[in-house]
Amino acid sequence: MKTLFDKVWDAHAVHEAPHHPSVLYVDLHLVHEVTSPQAFSGLETRGLPVRRPERTLATMDHSTPTRPGGLAVVDDAGRAQLETLARRCAEHGIELFDLSSPHNGIVHVVAPEQGRTHPGMTVVCGDSHTSTHGAFGALAFGIGTSEVEQVLATQCLLAWRPLPYEVRFEGTAPEGVSAKDLILALIAEIGVGGGTGHVFEYRGDAVRALSMEGRMTLCNMSIEAGARAGMVAPDDTTFAYLAGRPGAPADFDGAVARWRALRTDDGAYFARTVSLDASRVSPRITWGTTPAMSVGVDEPVPQPTDAAARSALDYMRLEAGKPLLGQPIDVAFIGSCTNSRLEDLREAARVLRGRRVAARTLVVPGSRAVKREAEAEGLDRIFEAAGAEWREPGCSMCLAMNGDRLEPGQLSVSTSNRNFEGRQGPGGRTLLASPLTAAASAVAGAVADARRTLSEAA
Amino acid sequence: MTPFDTLTSRVAPLLRDDVDTDQIIPARYLKVVDRSGLAEGLFAGWKSDPSFPLHEPATEDARVLLTGANFGCGSSREHAPWALIAAGFRCVIARSFADIFRGNALRNGLLTVALDEADHARLVADVSADPWRVVTVALEPQRVRWGAAEAAFSLDPFSKTCLLEGLDPLGYLLAHDAAIDAYERREAP
Repeated sequence: MKTLFDKVWDAHAVHEAPHHPSVLYVDLHLVHEVTSPQAFSGLETRGLPVRRPERTLATMDHSTPTRPGGLAVVDDAGRAQLETLARRCAEHGIELFDLSSPHNGIVHVVAPEQGRTHPGMTVVCGDSHTSTHGAFGALAFGIGTSEVEQVLATQCLLAWRPLPYEVRFEGTAPEGVSAKDLILALIAEIGVGGGTGHVFEYRGDAVRALSMEGRMTLCNMSIEAGARAGMVAPDDTTFAYLAGRPGAPADFDGAVARWRALRTDDGAYFARTVSLDASRVSPRITWGTTPAMSVGVDEPVPQPTDAAARSALDYMRLEAGKPLLGQPIDVAFIGSCTNSRLEDLREAARVLRGRRVAARTLVVPGSRAVKREAEAEGLDRIFEAAGAEWREPGCSMCLAMNGDRLEPGQLSVSTSNRNFEGRQGPGGRTLLASPLTAAASAVAGAVADARRTLSEAA
Repeated sequence: MTPFDTLTSRVAPLLRDDVDTDQIIPARYLKVVDRSGLAEGLFAGWKSDPSFPLHEPATEDARVLLTGANFGCGSSREHAPWALIAAGFRCVIARSFADIFRGNALRNGLLTVALDEADHARLVADVSADPWRVVTVALEPQRVRWGAAEAAFSLDPFSKTCLLEGLDPLGYLLAHDAAIDAYERREAP
């Protein structure tokens, strides 16, 4: 009896010896410009080739501009990273979605939408949010740059076997409660280190009911609870998403037949289990400086119970006991590998249609494909009519490497994944929330409850 | 990797939990294609505060950082241990570490020592009472010693050997070339 995690791990163990890390085979290695340059230099120093360039896929996302103009509008340091990636990919025969590619975008958005991420795969990338790909029943996790070098050289990784951790979301999530709210509720429950040493498997009716986009949001933030990866067993939702995508297997029916076996056997061992009632989760928003510091959007800022909470409130300049609703904001950011897919943009548009924003609002699609699809349904016109900025794809203000950033002291409601001090720009303050909450807050110019916004006439 | 045997040093106390990699080195310092400028980025967001504990004279040549639980959470950026090493650190003592950071640190010769609650509290109290206190971290016996006190820590034998001998684990992987070939013939043509 095995868990889904055990099945995928065991199928990729090339060599295992007592007291040694496993040699784990990597099916898909994703690469971007920020965490790969030193790995390529390391290969060059050692005179090693890339073992399987065709199992490697590169994109440009972290340092890329979200204003039109491509490389011409990137600062010198960012351009050096982008040009280095392009040169290394050319040298080694690695496929690259550069800024001129119709497939360019955030690495964790483009690989799934191109059909490259399959159930049962091992997927790694020098980026902690690689956990996103677990939505497909892949074992996917972030690695450091010296591990990027290991994988480039050997298509394998040295890895210690984590423990499986069952995360159940039972029941039905209420209207207005998204995957983002579920994952913020989980992290608040178990803490930012609660998943350390473990791989989550998300199970239960509320998970089964999620679209692939929602499952990606859920798995994306597994790392914010300290877990290396999060997984969802593949099902008909998964197969329907993959069917017809460019990277889907040629013998799709044969693949689906194999993928159906990728599920946890009854009675398989989980080292830990946590269960949340999705029907009792409300839209969440963070008030502090870790993703675990969140409350229901209509709840007051909690009283601090330890030094970390006091320090967080001090940084955030929020007062315990006061409601978050109505707290004025400077910026709403809708984007990032957590919440920049078509479904997320549709949710934001549902609120912004026929309304005007009262705070600076950036809508940054996750990829060129998402941008095209959004424009084909007229979402761009809704955003622009509302007064929001409709940008080119990239990581943008999630981590503020590309010039999109908060000014010191500014407060944002952001659909990204980290509210760490200064993450969105030095001195910037971040409230993490869902696309619905971010859009409603954009309209109010203050933290708002989208359920209430949507109940009022536009 | 520089081998690690025994380190005797003063201690830089950063006594908080959940120090994330964005605090260790903010993303704006990651716009490099080598390892330049990383020491400058270390704790850049906090350094501007004159009361930041690493400004204390006693920490000036400290090679050991003492911190709380879940150190290095967040991003996978290996720039975090690179920046700590560039600033002179060879060891981080904590209650616990985030998984990716710990692996990144060990692969770069930065020893991560997780102490149990009582030992950690004792070391924190002693360093807080005397900021000039010196600790010795001995890898072979897996012990931290300060004054008359001593605490054991655990470390997997593979990482320990790599640290003691200064070995890059890539060598171990490359030695499995035949097994990787066989796997690829079978599973990943």
